[in-house]
Amino acid sequence: MTQPTIQEPVEALPPSLPPQLSPRQIARARRRQAAARAWREYRRSTEGMIGLGILVLFVAVALFVPLFIPSSELDVTKATGVPFSPPSAEFPLGTDESGRSVLALTLWGSRVSLLVGFLATVISVGIGSVVGIVAGHFGRWTDSVLMRVTDWFLVIPFLPLAIVLATVLGPSLANIAFVIGITSWPGTARIVRAQALAVTSRPYIERARALGASDWHLIARHILPNTVPLIFANTVLIVAVAILSETTLAFLGLGDPLRVSWGSMLDAAFTHGAASIGAWWYLVPPGVCILLVVLAFTMVGQALEAVLNPRLRGR
Amino acid sequence: MALLEVRDLTVSYPARAGAVPAVRGVDLRLDPGETLGLAGESGCGKSTMAAAVLRLLPPGTTTTGSVLLEGEDVLTMRPGRLRAVRWTEAAIVFQGAMHALNPVRRVGDQIAEAIRLHDKATDKQVGARVGELLEQVGLPARRAASYPHELSGGQRQRVMIAMALACSPRLLIADEPTTALDVMVQAQVLALLEELGRELGLALLLITHDLSVLAATCERIAVMYAGRIVEEGPAAAVFEAPAHPYTRALAEAFPTIGDRASRRNPHGLGGDPPDPRDLPGGCEFHPRCPVSVAACPTLDVQLWPAGEGRRAACVHVRDGRPELVYQVPPRPVGEDAPVHRQVAP
Amino acid sequence: MATAASRSFRLTAGHRRVGAKLLGAVLSLAFVLVFNFFLFRVLPGDPAKNLTRNRLVPAEQVQVLRESFGLGKPLPQQFASYVRDTLSGDLGISYKFRRPVSEIIAERVWPTVLLLGVSTMLSTVIGLWIGIRGAWRRGSVFDRVSLGASLALYAMPEFWLGILLLILFGVGVGGFPGMFPTGGMSSPNTDLTSVAGILDVAWHLFLPCLTLTLAYIAEYALVMRSSLLDELGEEYLTTARAKGLRDALVLRRHAVPNALLPTTTLIFLNLGFIVSGAITIETVYSWPGLGLLSYEALRTPDYPLLEGVFLLFSAAVILANVIADLLYAYLDPRVRTG
Repeated sequence: MTQPTIQEPVEALPPSLPPQLSPRQIARARRRQAAARAWREYRRSTEGMIGLGILVLFVAVALFVPLFIPSSELDVTKATGVPFSPPSAEFPLGTDESGRSVLALTLWGSRVSLLVGFLATVISVGIGSVVGIVAGHFGRWTDSVLMRVTDWFLVIPFLPLAIVLATVLGPSLANIAFVIGITSWPGTARIVRAQALAVTSRPYIERARALGASDWHLIARHILPNTVPLIFANTVLIVAVAILSETTLAFLGLGDPLRVSWGSMLDAAFTHGAASIGAWWYLVPPGVCILLVVLAFTMVGQALEAVLNPRLRGR
Repeated sequence: MALLEVRDLTVSYPARAGAVPAVRGVDLRLDPGETLGLAGESGCGKSTMAAAVLRLLPPGTTTTGSVLLEGEDVLTMRPGRLRAVRWTEAAIVFQGAMHALNPVRRVGDQIAEAIRLHDKATDKQVGARVGELLEQVGLPARRAASYPHELSGGQRQRVMIAMALACSPRLLIADEPTTALDVMVQAQVLALLEELGRELGLALLLITHDLSVLAATCERIAVMYAGRIVEEGPAAAVFEAPAHPYTRALAEAFPTIGDRASRRNPHGLGGDPPDPRDLPGGCEFHPRCPVSVAACPTLDVQLWPAGEGRRAACVHVRDGRPELVYQVPPRPVGEDAPVHRQVAP
Repeated sequence: MATAASRSFRLTAGHRRVGAKLLGAVLSLAFVLVFNFFLFRVLPGDPAKNLTRNRLVPAEQVQVLRESFGLGKPLPQQFASYVRDTLSGDLGISYKFRRPVSEIIAERVWPTVLLLGVSTMLSTVIGLWIGIRGAWRRGSVFDRVSLGASLALYAMPEFWLGILLLILFGVGVGGFPGMFPTGGMSSPNTDLTSVAGILDVAWHLFLPCLTLTLAYIAEYALVMRSSLLDELGEEYLTTARAKGLRDALVLRRHAVPNALLPTTTLIFLNLGFIVSGAITIETVYSWPGLGLLSYEALRTPDYPLLEGVFLLFSAAVILANVIADLLYAYLDPRVRTG
């Protein structure tokens, strides 16, 4: 199976650049061109644009919520509504078991869900990329050992492992992000390793080495730029999984007890019997939000993969 | 009656900006037992033509014209009749036989499948026939138990040929049967095809980009460019005295061993084959033609008679001056490939 | 002479591969044991204090805890006794239930096996069929609808779907009464060996099974569709058509079997997904299996129980992966003889 790589046809540089350029400047200019081309290609995918739009919307809401809804609305002691009341003019999405506005909870919850998702992704992709590049580039013993470790994490079922880790470490935002990150890096590691292996075996790497390039130079100047697009497409899909994971862990009661997230809303709703009362207004909004966000990330991720690997276009 | 008669065949692939013609108004004729070679660069439409004969084009392609196989039009046959005709009247051997065989089934089973599709026979009879076919192509019968990845390229090609012969067709279409094979193996496969053609009275449609191969193996040659036939005639004549500048370029691209003149002047043709979505007007070859004239970009190109049983689609042939094509002096050693040389009209 | 030797050589190579895979599995399991040991016992600070940090536990119990960890003894000795105990089936005593962990687990295994077994079977059959049909008729209404539905199902938390179904069909909504029980595996005082008992269990099984099946179908359909689309571009399918094979048979005899190979691999790589589903859905429906047990254990937190369940889940998935690897090698001749 061929791994997706960036095709960089030799195009003429834009005329606005001065004629005397250093190699690094040329490389940077070419990368900018490639990025622009990729963006143009990406724009052609309706799915990708819709997904991107949804994400921008959610991130904007998450960032600007404090401007519209004061955090006091989340305070249980200041709740004014009748618990478990259905949607009304005053509470467009009804109230929770303490009388707080579900709308406020949902919007504020987006901050934690998205934050944990991103944080976990950073950890996951960070570890995964480092492991993947090191394993793929250095090969042999390093590769075998690292791959054994990766395989172990891949085999062990995620949720039991996460439960065990989270229980021991204790419930907090950082811990949850850490747990999710630490259990999901193998996917990235594998993909990155495959690409690093492919790039390392290319002739120009051998030549660079003959010229005296250090491993660090090879990694920073050659391997990393060739893997970044791949990592990026993969990252988008990892965020989706991370958000789902946070939701699951929060639902099981392992989330940060001091903060509201979509998962914790579902946990609270369920344990306080929203299901038996039929308080759908409490259960539907967080779920729909998760669904939309994950779908959006998936659409963006697939559109990105299609841009990087033309073989996948038209799926 | 001709075994295969293609009349005004046009095949277009669907594309975002409108249909792209891969084959444009092609006429061909093949009599029983005859060998016809079809030559041209990649992308000229020859593989599309081959697929069209058995109606194997991907869904979405538009095909017009007629393909008469033993008098019946393949393009208008009912699906049931088409399936019955496939393999029993004409069979096709694809290029790149690595991917043309199912990688997880034994080759013997795949040959047997062809037999069973068209014949009621016991397992024992089928097994015997499979062994027979393999030996006919020079492989030991026990190779039937091998998987494709266990065979070499040449062996796989032989298996494809054996499979093609399974239902005793009268026409064998070989689409680039020697591409991606070593020269020695190429020679073996070609010799095999020739021999089988003679022994079994098969008509052979050999498709390749290597004109010299066709010159050695076929009775007649047709040359395709940009979806059209640009020259047609007896193999020796076409190869030694081409009536179309493209044929000449093709012939000269493969230096003849032993010919000192061609050894010193191997030269290819500058430029690229035209994009089917954006064909030049008139004669499609004119941008790369060393003997083009002012009339070429707007010429209404047809196949004009160019001698005994020969036709060519060049303005010089139409004007009765074919020597302008094959008497263009070869370039002296050391010069770059010419892009455009005008000849006074 | 030569054939006999080559035949025995091939046997050894195959055995070697099996041996290597089994060794890998044993290594993974061993690592699980090590992981479990270190996680709970070698934390900074007093493990007993750590574990009881959020609960009000009387001082004597904390002391008992400390002793049960054998914290006085040197580390290698602790580890040795831990391994010895685990391998002989002693997984400790549950804090919450005050009974041997192995006993509790044994009681709760079968409901989970029942739930997962039925869901997996149904979702595999239906999911693969949907994926095949979608790929074969790419772009059709069926394909677009099933693709959209699969993506949506895949994007939602399965327990959310479970809760919604619970409300819809268990509790009843808009005046319609719930048709299915809202929890548990059987109604009280039912003889589970009688026909009525079996039907009762099936009635309770319906909703959790439906939820899991829907969640798993999405994954199987998406993976199968993707694999088959890849396969449909291959040349050997044109050869098959050229031979005169009907399109439906080209699909069934050539494309699908070949596409099932990468599909199987991808599905087994995601076995953890199945286990996660079990945990959350059993929680939603109070289905008395290992999943609900995990939930109860983490609430307490009941460490011996958590360790035991983690060990069991890991062992199951590791074993399934080994079987998948071997099965794949058996099915794909390129791996077998290449």
